[in-house]
Amino acid sequence: MHGLINRSIQCFVRDTYGADRWAEVCARAKLESQDFEALLTYDDALTDAVIRAASELLEKERVLFLEDLGHYLVTHPESDALRRLLRFGGETFVDFLHSLEELHDRGRLALPDLDLPRIEMREHGGSSFTLGLCWGDLGPVVLGVLRAMADEYGALVLMEYHASGAHARDEAITIELLETTHAEGRSFALGRVRR
Amino acid sequence: MTGVAANGTAGGATGAGPAPPGPLLPKGALDLLMPLHVWVGASGHIEHCGPTLRKLRPGQILTGARLLEVFEWRRPNTVRVLADLLAHDGEKVQLAFRDGPRDTLRGIVVALGDGQGAILNLSLGISVVEAVGRYGLTGTDFAPFDPTVEMLYLIEAQSAILAESRKLNKRLEGARIAAEKQAFTDTLTGLRNRRAMDHALERLADPHMSERFGLMHLDLDYFKEVNDTLGHAAGDHVLRQVARILLAETRRDDMVVRAGGDEFVLICRNCDDVAVLNRIAQRIIERLEEPILFEGRPCRVSASIGTTLSSNYAAQDASQMLSDADRALYASKDGGRARHTVFIRDAGLVELARDAGVRPVPPSPPRDAAAH
Repeated sequence: MHGLINRSIQCFVRDTYGADRWAEVCARAKLESQDFEALLTYDDALTDAVIRAASELLEKERVLFLEDLGHYLVTHPESDALRRLLRFGGETFVDFLHSLEELHDRGRLALPDLDLPRIEMREHGGSSFTLGLCWGDLGPVVLGVLRAMADEYGALVLMEYHASGAHARDEAITIELLETTHAEGRSFALGRVRR
Repeated sequence: MTGVAANGTAGGATGAGPAPPGPLLPKGALDLLMPLHVWVGASGHIEHCGPTLRKLRPGQILTGARLLEVFEWRRPNTVRVLADLLAHDGEKVQLAFRDGPRDTLRGIVVALGDGQGAILNLSLGISVVEAVGRYGLTGTDFAPFDPTVEMLYLIEAQSAILAESRKLNKRLEGARIAAEKQAFTDTLTGLRNRRAMDHALERLADPHMSERFGLMHLDLDYFKEVNDTLGHAAGDHVLRQVARILLAETRRDDMVVRAGGDEFVLICRNCDDVAVLNRIAQRIIERLEEPILFEGRPCRVSASIGTTLSSNYAAQDASQMLSDADRALYASKDGGRARHTVFIRDAGLVELARDAGVRPVPPSPPRDAAAH
């Protein structure tokens, strides 16, 4: 698994539950180091072990843990870069949903060895969508990202995650768009504000 | 006028005969297709601007202004009047606003014929990165087929990755420094370093060890001259050769340390026989005095050596031993270099000749004032 994913899990647990909890997770997952490097690649089994350890220790269902992780990635100030990169997907939430079909290729464009899920969007009558993906049961992360992005755009949506097949081989997220401009979204300018 | 007819003569590549009339494009269509265009009328005044171009000069009304007063021509640089511009129909142009931030725009000029003037379709080129921030441009300011937004995405992704990569390099550099600190090897010569020596002396000082050994402190003579005249590369070469000689002249169990600069320490294990140690020391001096070739030029050094013996001390004390070896070394230096002096508890500092003849060193204050 790409280090960026593992590093995300590390930052999420550390920022949300504290460094001590992260140390416990590492010990439980039998990690040699408590630090993942975002630019290195790790064995998939390691990622799996960390997720399992974290969900056990935090007494949180795997699906919920991953969803929270996805939400954190978009909303935490530390990972603002990701939020901005996702916002390049489009001007409206619907544009953004359609841009998810490019997610895999956009990821590759930025980091050639990054393997983001291939996503297929189906639109049913303008306000209802089915997002199909195959990401070795990491799909709930996408759900969390979508929830946070809906807030970004100020859209009101109902979403649900479904998994079927062995190891959740077929994952889907159903999206019901109730209102596109329910609330004031967060602002986004193409040019970055220099700090 | 509400729109323009594209007459298809752009580039003059349509060949002979009258060109068939093109479609009439209303201004709204021009705006959608070319958000950064300027339509200049036959009089040289701006008839219309695309919406994104208007955003580049907020509060300024471009329509009605003279094109050549709004823009400064960079390429072709012969444009003085509208006719000059029309003569460059179908060619690449480069221009900049005369007022305000000097974003460079580039694009193409297409003459419209029939006295309708020309259309300039422009792009921000590379200055788009600055411009999107300066003018608060959004995705809708670029046509959907324009890959500018993708380019901005890529730039931002790359800079985020670069920042991460810099952090990684910094951490690796920190780890390298930490590892080096923990290392026992001198990187230049491959000998053990001072840290390794401290460890070894600590072990030897353990009362349970009761091993008898000799501690030699060696300092190169004339090394500074080599460095000064032939350069540091020559100096490094000499240090590596010295290391090889020291390893060759000692036994496997002995420890050869580069203690820093041109200083070396030899721990001769299981040996505190003055005659044996002197033979080793004299042999080392002899070998070091053989010229060392660096790029065909001879480097000449020698060595001063001071030795102390573990049998001098009731209880081993590494720092005392090092200090006594150091005093013996300086006695060698003061005695004229290229010689070997031993500290012996009952006799004090004793210079040993090459033939192993023993002669006491006359006390030379202040360094020897503190001698035992």
